[in-house]
Parts: sequence; C-alpha cells; structure tokens
Amino acid sequence: MNKKTIGIGVVGLALLAAGTGVVLGDGWEREHEREGHRSGWFGWRDNPDVRPVRNEQYDSECGACHFAYQPALLPARSWESMMGNLADHFGENAELDDAAREALTRYLVENAADRDGYGRAAGFAASVAPGNAPLRITETRYFVRKHDEVPSRFVQGNPEVRSFSNCTACHRGAADGNFNEHAVRIPGVGRWED
Amino acid sequence: MQKRIAIIGAALFLSAGAVSAVELADQLQDEYRAVGAEAFDAEAGAARWSREVMANGQARSCAACHGSDLRQPGKHIRTGRAIEPLAPSVNPQRLVERKEVEKWFLRNCKWTYGRECSPQEKGDFVAFIRIQ
Repeated sequence: MNKKTIGIGVVGLALLAAGTGVVLGDGWEREHEREGHRSGWFGWRDNPDVRPVRNEQYDSECGACHFAYQPALLPARSWESMMGNLADHFGENAELDDAAREALTRYLVENAADRDGYGRAAGFAASVAPGNAPLRITETRYFVRKHDEVPSRFVQGNPEVRSFSNCTACHRGAADGNFNEHAVRIPGVGRWED
Repeated sequence: MQKRIAIIGAALFLSAGAVSAVELADQLQDEYRAVGAEAFDAEAGAARWSREVMANGQARSCAACHGSDLRQPGKHIRTGRAIEPLAPSVNPQRLVERKEVEKWFLRNCKWTYGRECSPQEKGDFVAFIRIQ
C-alpha cells in the first residue's frame, strides 16, 4: 500500500467516523428529538426513527429467532406482560433462565415507548390506551395508521414478506432503527410512495 | 508488523480458552454416555434431523429451519429470520461453546418436538453435526 492510498483511506475513515458520529454520538438524541426532523449530512439516512438496539444479550437471545424489535415500539407494561409469559410466546416456547429474563425485562422496560423520549417512541406510547398492554406492535394504533394504505398482496400475499411482523423485509434500515418510508423497498414491488 | 499481528492474534485466541468443535463434541458425547446413552450414530442423527413433527399447524423438523445442507444458511420457518450455517466446517462459531449448544438443544427440541431431547438424541445430533 503506497502513501497515497493510505492517505485516501485515512480521509475516508475520518469522513465515515464523522458521519456515524451523527448517528451514534451523544448529539443525535438531542438533535433529533422529534419525528420528521431531517437534518444531518445524509438527510433521513442519518436519523433513526427509534433508538437502535445496543444490547448484545437482547440481540442474541431474542434476535436469533426474530427481528430484534426496538424497545421503543411498545410501552413498558406490554414488555412486562410479554416477558412474564415466555413459555407461551405467540404460541411458541421462548423460555429464558431467570437471570437473562430479568436483565432483558429491565432493558425493554427502561427503553420502552413510554420511557424513551426519542423519535417515534412517544407516537407509539400515545397510541396505546392506558389500560391496554398489547403484545403485538402491529396492533398499536400508531403502527396501524402508518401501514393502513399498504395492500395485503404486498405483505401477507407476498412470499418474501408474509407478515407485518417481518420489519426488515421492507424496511431495510430497520435494524438501525430506520423506518423512514423513503427507505422502504417492498420485495417484488420496489419503492413505496404513498 | 506482521509478526506482531500474529502474536496478538495468538494471544487473543489462547485467552479465549476456546476448545475446538472436535474437543467439545467429544466432551458432550462423554457426558451423554455418562447419563445412560449408548453408542452414537451420525446416520441416526441425520435421519432424525429431517423427521417431521406437526406443531402449531406446521410440519417441523431441524431441517425445516436449518436446511438439509448444514453448510448453507437456514431460515426460520415461522419468522423468516436468517440462520447462520450450522456446519463447523464453514462456521467456526458452531459447536465450540457448551452453554450455547445446550441452550439451543433445550430451546429447539421444545420448539420442534414439544419436549426436551434425550441424551441419546443429542449425542446422535452431535455425531451428525460434527462431521458437517
């Protein structure tokens, strides 16, 4: 590797670091408190809609079988209810040992829709009636409102998608907390513009 | 420079206290025998691997999610989640950590068969997986 290549590499890395800094650094939370804020170097690509998962245990224990849904997508009472009955997790056994269950419940509750002020969390929190503790994100009014124009042939009738629970099928940035509609690519359909 | 990288790499490898897939497979099979299992058979493991059981209205088997060729990635039949290959020959993270292996035996046997697997079944699965 000659000096010129190294130089380009260093500049590239510096730019990359500056770019990710907007997303990961302390600043991104304060800068993008509300949905719809679209500043940043790369526009909406930079701004997660919900706080991304930063929990290795959650990723490996829950994310091994399904998308690691961000805690901000349901209120704390929903997570408590769900984690209290893992032996029947949507009809499946998803039991954890006590230590893991307690640690993950804490993580989910502390970052839940009604505990996290970032991005769309408040939208999800406000859309669930106080007495309700839905177990399905797809049943929250916020979710329903955001997806009510999507025809079922794109989802249930689409073998590449099959269910609204399968976030990453269309929201390619879902794992980074990016659910922006401009980033949606529906398999076999393409971009989604309403 | 390269020598230093090699030394650091070796140090990291040793500090992880890692056992190889072969070593862990031997250890597990010894343990299963100690609690009553007989000799293990990779072909019996392979046959059970693809044997289907009905659960929650789905035909389930190990192969249903992990596939029949363990060197290829799998796909969870209920959620669509991608699953890394299970074969130690292509995925060095497989069959190297006892806690992971037992956790997934427990979880997946319950998911697939609605019960835990016996030591004999687990030993046969290990016999099948270790040679992939």
